[in-house]
Amino acid sequence: MHSHALQLQNITVSYARIPALHHISFEVCCGQCVALLGPNGAGKTTLLKTLAGLVERESGTIHFHGREVRGATPDIAYLPQRGQIDWDFPTTVRGLVEMGRYLRLGWWRTYGEKDKLAVDSAIAAMNLESLQERQISALSGGQQQRAFLARALAQEAHVLLLDEPFTGLDKPSQDNLKLTLRQLRGQGKLLIVSHHDLASVREIFDRVVLLNGELIAAGETAGVFTEENIHRTYETRVFAAVDHGVAI
Amino acid sequence: MNFLHDLVSQEFMRRALVGGALIGFTNGFLGSFIILRRMSLMADALSHSMLPGLAIGVMLFGLKPGGLFFGGLVAAMFVAIGAMLLARGSRLKEDAALAILYTIAFSIGVVLLQMLPPTQVDLKHYLFGNVLGLGDADLWIAYGVALVVVPGLILFQRPMMLTLFDPAVARSQGVRVGALNFVLIVASVLTMISSAQSVGVILMLGLLVTPAATMYLLTDNFTKMLWGGAVFGCLGSLGGLVVSYKFDGIPSGAAIVLVLGVVFIIAWICSPRYGLLVRLRRARHFHEESLKRWEHDEPHKH
Repeated sequence: MHSHALQLQNITVSYARIPALHHISFEVCCGQCVALLGPNGAGKTTLLKTLAGLVERESGTIHFHGREVRGATPDIAYLPQRGQIDWDFPTTVRGLVEMGRYLRLGWWRTYGEKDKLAVDSAIAAMNLESLQERQISALSGGQQQRAFLARALAQEAHVLLLDEPFTGLDKPSQDNLKLTLRQLRGQGKLLIVSHHDLASVREIFDRVVLLNGELIAAGETAGVFTEENIHRTYETRVFAAVDHGVAI
Repeated sequence: MNFLHDLVSQEFMRRALVGGALIGFTNGFLGSFIILRRMSLMADALSHSMLPGLAIGVMLFGLKPGGLFFGGLVAAMFVAIGAMLLARGSRLKEDAALAILYTIAFSIGVVLLQMLPPTQVDLKHYLFGNVLGLGDADLWIAYGVALVVVPGLILFQRPMMLTLFDPAVARSQGVRVGALNFVLIVASVLTMISSAQSVGVILMLGLLVTPAATMYLLTDNFTKMLWGGAVFGCLGSLGGLVVSYKFDGIPSGAAIVLVLGVVFIIAWICSPRYGLLVRLRRARHFHEESLKRWEHDEPHKH
């Protein structure tokens, strides 16, 4: 196993005894930008939530840096879909990024110079200096994504889990986000991104994980993102759960 | 000056002012958490749930604040936990479960109060409060609740803030969201019990929510919202007491909520960022606004 690897072994997750993910195993590394692909109900969000420690797994282990991950860790940051957020919350961009420090600080330790520096550099890295005093609802969709990425940077997370970050963004914002993801990958972050738009996969991601309840294929984009694998991912129905209207 | 001198020279009024200020402060501080967690209507349900507990407290111990305190606490917690269990164990969602249980509890309270001899208790007293009747024990309860609730919330401010903002992400950061929700429910019930005597079961929600809601319209800073809400709650209570003293016959609870309401409406209309006037004016400048946003949104270069 690579020393900077995130390794999933035999992960199974069920909702109300209906499996959403079945025996998933793969390995990805820091410095990679990984696309999670699959039809609706394939378990993309479930896999991200499992990695974030939000969903209980029925079986399997997750290792990061050779150590087993159980529950929450500051090394992994989960960026929820934008629709999930209360944008009217009384906080500015800076306040949002500062929240990233709370996990490092614990609940009571005072916010010090080191934290301020981490927040400053996260804001600078995401090009948000001029917007840092803005209330978060007064940002465009792309800026909101960048604010959340800055929060993950302030948290000093190595693994960033992004749930459909491109959804609802206009073309310039999408291009901007692609640039940002490339930049973060260059810094050695591991980005795992659930994604819908198959046309842009080759341009953005160097690795893909094809999911449909179970793992169809995982590996380098060039080798794995083939017509045959895509067909297998989107045409087969692994579990009947989707047909019964159970959201996965 | 004479009026002020009159006001503070009377023992019952001094007690009312101290108690009112303290209760207003605690309510205003807690209110931010309630608003951002969208628990306002749940808090209303819990406030009504206290009534049977208060009535049983009177039946068992007479009109003693200790009995009323524990009666109210037990009744409200019964309904809160009962609604949670009912929602988990059936198809019903929590709002419906809560609605059913709290109206049952309130009805039991009304029936029990009817059964008490009229000399012992007046229903109106519980429903609308009477801050001028604050006794020493009521004041001690107000001190105790303020000392538990405000420092407790300050202690948990960071995990609370993460939970209020996004419970899913908070959970991924190791915050025990369920436990914090429970802490918030207990804090609300304690705070509302301490307001039962002064503002009453029906109006206590106004004292809990209005000051923080006013601040919500004025600031984008969570900490300012907390402390500003507390100060508004405190001043609003004092203002309400003065109004109720000056105009004989206005019940103190209603006077407090009305004063807070007037300030809220002013903020709603005049808030520099989120006020009605600004919104109306902003609409005409939409073009400039969008241009400005566009300039800020330029793709960044590396």
